Amino acid sequence: MSTPGLCDPQVEVDVRGPRFAAAITVVVLAASLLTIGTAVATTLLIIQTIVFGLGAFVGLKAQPYGIIFRTLVQPRLSPATEFEAIAPPRFAALVGFIFTVVALIGVITSVDAITYIAVVGALAAAFLNAAFGFCLGCEMFLLGKRVFSRPARV
Amino acid sequence: MLGLILLIAVLVLASFFGLWRKKTDGTMKPVSSKAVAAPIPVADDAPEVDVHTASIAEHGGEKLTAEILGSALGTHATLVQFSTAFCQPCRATRRILDEVATMVPGTVHLEIDAEAHLDLVRQLDVRRTPTVLVLDAQGVITKRAVGMPRKADVIAALGEVL
Repeated sequence: MSTPGLCDPQVEVDVRGPRFAAAITVVVLAASLLTIGTAVATTLLIIQTIVFGLGAFVGLKAQPYGIIFRTLVQPRLSPATEFEAIAPPRFAALVGFIFTVVALIGVITSVDAITYIAVVGALAAAFLNAAFGFCLGCEMFLLGKRVFSRPARV
Repeated sequence: MLGLILLIAVLVLASFFGLWRKKTDGTMKPVSSKAVAAPIPVADDAPEVDVHTASIAEHGGEKLTAEILGSALGTHATLVQFSTAFCQPCRATRRILDEVATMVPGTVHLEIDAEAHLDLVRQLDVRRTPTVLVLDAQGVITKRAVGMPRKADVIAALGEVL
């Protein structure tokens, strides 16, 4: 156990936090999918984009769904038994952010097809995360790295 | 209406994918030289088999050395784990492999940062993390698991090697 781990985090979070956030994301994205073309969908997508952006660029502490989890849900649950590194959920938020930005580009340009595709993609990823704890963005990471990497490292 | 159809389709498809993935994730698959040659036993005057295995060996797909891995191999077996920073199951996988390596004498667990070893990742065609390779005493890859393997499967794979 003493091997310095690559996935070892400086900070860890209760695994149930990101799962809870993903579940709310599923509801928000599903609602926006059902209302695409209306102001409701646009509002929901803007909210979700901000949420993803905060999680990706500021940190999970600033992620509104995470705050809801910590203040309202976590105190009612048994103490956390499983922890996870912060990097994967933050990366997932970045991927989600890209999807919702594309969805909003679809809204702005009035090309509904773009919005549908982007929302469906983000919804699938959030659902897999919420229901199975599966991080689609993380899985794609290495493949993306293999395809796009030049000698430079991020 | 389109939204509703898409919503149902996405949830159903994602559920099937998730269940399938849960079932198959982390299964140990044999990667012996026999298994590599196996898909092409059709030809009787099989020169193709030679060509195929030769090309694999050339890419270093069969045998890994301490130089390639940058760390000494176990005297009996080595568990090689490819990880990335954005990998949820890598930690749990490391825990399992560490436990097994401590439990089984002569076994070493090596963790490789996939991002820092992209050449090796490409050579071995590692597509996602964690990917676990089981090497025998000579460093020949005998088993491969994509996703977090079960502890019992790791022990069983080692049992075949030792």
